[in-house]
Amino acid sequence: MVDVAMTGPRGPKPKKAFSSRNIMLYGILILISVYYLLPLYVMIVTSLKGMPEIRLGNVFSPPLEITTAAWTKAWSQACTGINCDGLSRGFWNSVQILVPSLILSISVASVNGYALSHWKFKGSETFFTILIIGAFIPYQTMLYPIVILLREIGLMGDLGGLVLVHTVFGMPILTLLFRNYFTSIPEELFKAARVDGAGFWGIYFRIMLPMALPIFVVAMILQVTGIWNDFLFGVIYTKPDTYPMTVQLNNIVNSVQGVKEYNVNMAATLLTGLVPLVIYFASGKLFVRGIAAGAVKG
Amino acid sequence: MSNHSVEIRNLDLSFGAVNVLKDLNLDIHEGEFLVLLGSSGCGKSTLLNCIAGLLDVTDGQIFIKGKNVTWAEPSERGIGMVFQSYALYPQMTVEGNLSFGLKNARLPKDEIAKRVARAAEILQIEPLLKRKPGALSGGQRQRVAIGRALVRDVDVFLFDEPLSNLDAKLRADLRVELKRLHDQLKNTMIYVTHDQVEAMTLADRIAIMKGGQVMQLDSPANIYNKPRNKYVAGFIGSPAMNFIEGELAGGVFKAEGFEASLAEYDWATSAPADGPVTLGLRPEHILTEDQVDSGTLRTQVLADLVEPMGADTLVWSNLAGHPFRFRMDGQAVVKAGDMVPVGIDMSRASVFDVASELRL
Repeated sequence: MVDVAMTGPRGPKPKKAFSSRNIMLYGILILISVYYLLPLYVMIVTSLKGMPEIRLGNVFSPPLEITTAAWTKAWSQACTGINCDGLSRGFWNSVQILVPSLILSISVASVNGYALSHWKFKGSETFFTILIIGAFIPYQTMLYPIVILLREIGLMGDLGGLVLVHTVFGMPILTLLFRNYFTSIPEELFKAARVDGAGFWGIYFRIMLPMALPIFVVAMILQVTGIWNDFLFGVIYTKPDTYPMTVQLNNIVNSVQGVKEYNVNMAATLLTGLVPLVIYFASGKLFVRGIAAGAVKG
Repeated sequence: MSNHSVEIRNLDLSFGAVNVLKDLNLDIHEGEFLVLLGSSGCGKSTLLNCIAGLLDVTDGQIFIKGKNVTWAEPSERGIGMVFQSYALYPQMTVEGNLSFGLKNARLPKDEIAKRVARAAEILQIEPLLKRKPGALSGGQRQRVAIGRALVRDVDVFLFDEPLSNLDAKLRADLRVELKRLHDQLKNTMIYVTHDQVEAMTLADRIAIMKGGQVMQLDSPANIYNKPRNKYVAGFIGSPAMNFIEGELAGGVFKAEGFEASLAEYDWATSAPADGPVTLGLRPEHILTEDQVDSGTLRTQVLADLVEPMGADTLVWSNLAGHPFRFRMDGQAVVKAGDMVPVGIDMSRASVFDVASELRL
């Protein structure tokens, strides 16, 4: 009896590093990562090659001679239509679209969400329902009516028009996001602030806003990726001079004249995708925290 | 309308078809500690929110210091409120929390500093002023929450179950502190709780609420000794009062195998008619061991179950076909199956009418 107690299992159960379970798990994870990372690898490698090297046809081989000529060309020389100043024009257009849309849509939506969660008025639930329905209407059905609308208010073809469109279309999902987040903030906090004499804006700016940083990051990421990657609204509501970067990228890659410069195309595509990527890597942790904070109460 | 601090006149509040408060009237004296006591859903917190101005009333009026504040904003009513979840602003320091209301009222800086310092001194939270609420313990947070009401220099303090989130020991400590604070400040305080110990110990008067109405508004002693109806009698006291159904016939209570003269009973109505009544006996008023003989009535009951609790022992048994609990001394030697002699002092009993459930 005594011996059994002394020699029997004790402490944590030993784990094998190379169990069949671990091999399966990590094997599949590595396989899937490779599958997703391979195209990215090909793009980076190709963009760093010269055209003669590309013509050799070794898609996966690393560049023999690294050159950034394709990147320079994509940024400042590639031709779209009659303009030959590369993607830089589209980049600055996109920035001019993104920044005002971002600020406008997030500020309006956060106030919306705050009002709908803590200052319920008669019909506020109906208003919210109507707003959410807006998220389910396909964009295509609204394209032409918006053309007429923008023409009537004189913003057709203008960057301001596109900013307005992005702001309006971001409203349902952003309002939902902010409303759910603000609903999770205890009602008593709001009551305490009212007893302390803070009004609608006082509570919003001094109490709610400082507590809502994670959800602002989530909204920002959603809007940056959404607006930056938008092609449909960009191509319809702007004109060649004010095309956003995505539309310009399409025009470069899909041009049918002359030699297909794969390295320039790859570089242009990477340049276009850079902004959302940077935003995501810079704030990924806050993004996850914000999503979780909205979902779990308390 | 002279020395009443808070007056509530014919207050109605309904959410849709649900009437939470029904034609409620309440007068609260200057400097009084009033406890609103009731089980959950009785409307006590709703009433407090109405007084604070956080809920719009459906009908009726609210006066604070003789001024009609029915339509006034919470901050204009001269009230301070303490919440169950503390509701401290998490991103502000303790000092920021205390001064937030004063800054909103645009008070001069030196006045704000003076009031914060005074509140911090009263509540002994001076070392915590630079900390954020996240770095405080539950008791400290609740102190800060009380401080936030204190700095506002108001006439009326409202407490919404302020101690319910604390552990038992801390609750007892803070309860005593609250009582001291009231003795020191002499403000009117309205305190909502479902804990009858808090109610009994803190209150000058207790308002027992049920279904949006005040069942009884009286001193703790009167509520305990002379509950106005069966609900109040059963609600106050732990373990709960024993109820025995029976008949009243010529000043004698009669139940199955049990008779008791009510000659010494202090009748609420002058001449109660004979008929079905309920006799209420508090477990702690049952006389046992060497005191049995001092009761007006003596009998023997069979102990079903014995719960020793240290200071005293609770015995479960049966009397006249009804469950019957009584309290014995903690040192008493008694076990299940014993016949225990008990004495009953009818002058401390309560008698209720069966139909109206009112005290007779």
